[in-house]
Amino acid sequence: MSESLLSVGIDVGTTSTQLVFSRLQLQNRASAFAVPELVIGEREVLYKSPVHFTPLVGSSLVDGQKLRRLVEQEYANAGIRREEVDTGAVIVTGETSRRENAAEVSQALSGFAGDFVVATAGPDLESVLAARGAGAVEFSRQTGKTVLHVDIGGGTSNLCLIREGRVEKTGCLNVGGRLVKRDEAKHITYVSPVLGGLWEPSQGIGTLVKLLTRALEMAAGLRPAETILEKLTTKEAEHFFRLEEAAVLSFSGGVAECIARDYPDNAFGDIGPALGRAIRESALCRGEYRLSQDSIRATVIGAGCYATQLSGSTVYAQNVRFPLKNLAVVEPGRETFAEGETILAMPGLPSPSYEQVAALASRLAERPGPLRICLESDMAKALGQALASRLPGDAEILCLDRVKAAPGSYMDVGAPVGAAFPVVVKTLVLGSQ
Amino acid sequence: MNKQELAAMVADILREEGMAPPVKGGEYHPQAPQPQKKDEGYREGDFVPDVTDLNLRKLYLTEHPAQKERFAAMKLRTPARLGSGRAGPRYKTLTMLRFRADHAAAQDAVFSQVPEDFGEKNGMQEVKTRCRSKDEYLTRPDLGRSFDTETQERLRTLLPQGSRVQLVIGDGLSSAAIVANAMDCLQTIREGLKLKGIDPGTPIFVRYCRVGAGDAIGDVTGCELVCMLVGERPGLVTDKSMSAYITYRPRTGVSESSRTVVSNIHAQGTPAVEAGAHIAGLIATILEKKVSGVGLHLEAGA
Repeated sequence: MSESLLSVGIDVGTTSTQLVFSRLQLQNRASAFAVPELVIGEREVLYKSPVHFTPLVGSSLVDGQKLRRLVEQEYANAGIRREEVDTGAVIVTGETSRRENAAEVSQALSGFAGDFVVATAGPDLESVLAARGAGAVEFSRQTGKTVLHVDIGGGTSNLCLIREGRVEKTGCLNVGGRLVKRDEAKHITYVSPVLGGLWEPSQGIGTLVKLLTRALEMAAGLRPAETILEKLTTKEAEHFFRLEEAAVLSFSGGVAECIARDYPDNAFGDIGPALGRAIRESALCRGEYRLSQDSIRATVIGAGCYATQLSGSTVYAQNVRFPLKNLAVVEPGRETFAEGETILAMPGLPSPSYEQVAALASRLAERPGPLRICLESDMAKALGQALASRLPGDAEILCLDRVKAAPGSYMDVGAPVGAAFPVVVKTLVLGSQ
Repeated sequence: MNKQELAAMVADILREEGMAPPVKGGEYHPQAPQPQKKDEGYREGDFVPDVTDLNLRKLYLTEHPAQKERFAAMKLRTPARLGSGRAGPRYKTLTMLRFRADHAAAQDAVFSQVPEDFGEKNGMQEVKTRCRSKDEYLTRPDLGRSFDTETQERLRTLLPQGSRVQLVIGDGLSSAAIVANAMDCLQTIREGLKLKGIDPGTPIFVRYCRVGAGDAIGDVTGCELVCMLVGERPGLVTDKSMSAYITYRPRTGVSESSRTVVSNIHAQGTPAVEAGAHIAGLIATILEKKVSGVGLHLEAGA
């Protein structure tokens, strides 16, 4: 039985591409005289790559060839072979996460970065991974404080509200250090289209960073909301984010480095240092705030250490070819819109009787195709066994539990470790509508 | 805390739980609007609220807590009696009443009986150990591990000889645990074994049963493995917890270390059906490795 998982996290962002390897230690929380209960215990980061500029063709298209070589090189530097990697996540973040890039990255890294590594994105997942990677969730859990974590990258800022260690809400703003790029002579060479109608180069960088800082203050509830908050909210985020209460602010991302330290204005050929300074001098840093260690790596550390969760330890699989990737999570009776491979999500029953399990199995057994079921309550092994008794021996059956997945999200399931399955729940799959 | 305060608090907490406050049995109509009566105290013959209806995980009695919500959130995750406050150096009245009520329930559970028709209703034969009554069962553990000659003969006719698996349900120290969990668990084990091509055999119910009775059944039938579902000693958390003891080559005198145990089978622990599916897997592993208990752990670790 494998007692740990080697996990890779790769973050292909607007500005930077990074990679971490980490070891997730499995731990049996139950006593020797009870049904096992595996959880992920220690998470140890084994290797952090340097922060590379994301290889681009033109101004915003990812160069798949170069990216692949870069990742290959980092595997070599870390001394890790592809087949050693058990789990992990590739996330394409910020402005980079456009569909053409998504497909490019998926293709460039497919089958390469381990067997169970997936291209994922979506501002919700990004926000949560950054908050976890930055230690903001743990800080909130330990102190009981309400925390607003803001990961300010090149193209976007991911917001995450955490109460007593629980993630409550996420949001995303088009606020980043690389919305405008400058050459060595400080001439503007690029202005992100998201600034259209909000700012003209003639107004100067000072005006821009004040505008962006104000939007963050509004999101943090530190100033009344104005239209710019809505205008800077990313298209993917359904609602614009606004905090209605006092919270400890927590920062990570490249720009957070510029909050912590003063850099020369044009040190990176963008507006990062100016934005960092503006934030440091704003209301955002007047109350209690924290800057994460290794700010710029928060998201990639989150991807490497926290994207994977474990299912319950009494589960069932028969004739399943792992890993299963990009299973669309559907509710029974509402699966008409899902394309491709699906998994049925059900809350299940807290302590069902044998008859209840049998009745549920009889209903489910009538469904065509592979039966993949994800339950919240602890009953997957009993249900899987009941299904197997009703179906031919070559039927594909997967039943896992203690995983909560909302309809509309996607799921990857890896080969079992110990008795549990490593599971990655994603909010959005790249390349889909 | 005086009697009225106590009653009011119990009623409050029950309301939060969505349960009707059980005051004045018979007269209470939950749907009808209740006129706000002046507190007149209790009269002779009134019912007091049932303290055992309270969800202990939500009961937080510490006065002037520094971080009530955080403590309450943690308390929800444990059945331990934490945050019970104090009255001087002692428990509060409610804490003490509840403790004594739970303790009494645990003691009662030991003395209760599995219904007489349990075996018949579930299609199983019933046998008794050498004990003649519950009292004797509790005071003479040795008698609860063996059968008289007549019963041994009966077992020989009832059960197949030399089977691979013999499933046994024993009342043990909690009849409530058996009534609540045994059949769901047993049926799931049987289904799991059949799926793996293992004959689940003929299950049997043993009254006044201790774990060692499985060894005596092994002596009589020569079966390869006994799996006994047996009621655990009731505790203050639940009186419905069941264990499974799986013994490879069960014979009188085998050491306790040769048993594989799955404990804590109850609605708040491992659900009976899920435990059943797990146990079916364990049985298959034990038959394959030909060892149970500590030996199995060592094998798995090697």
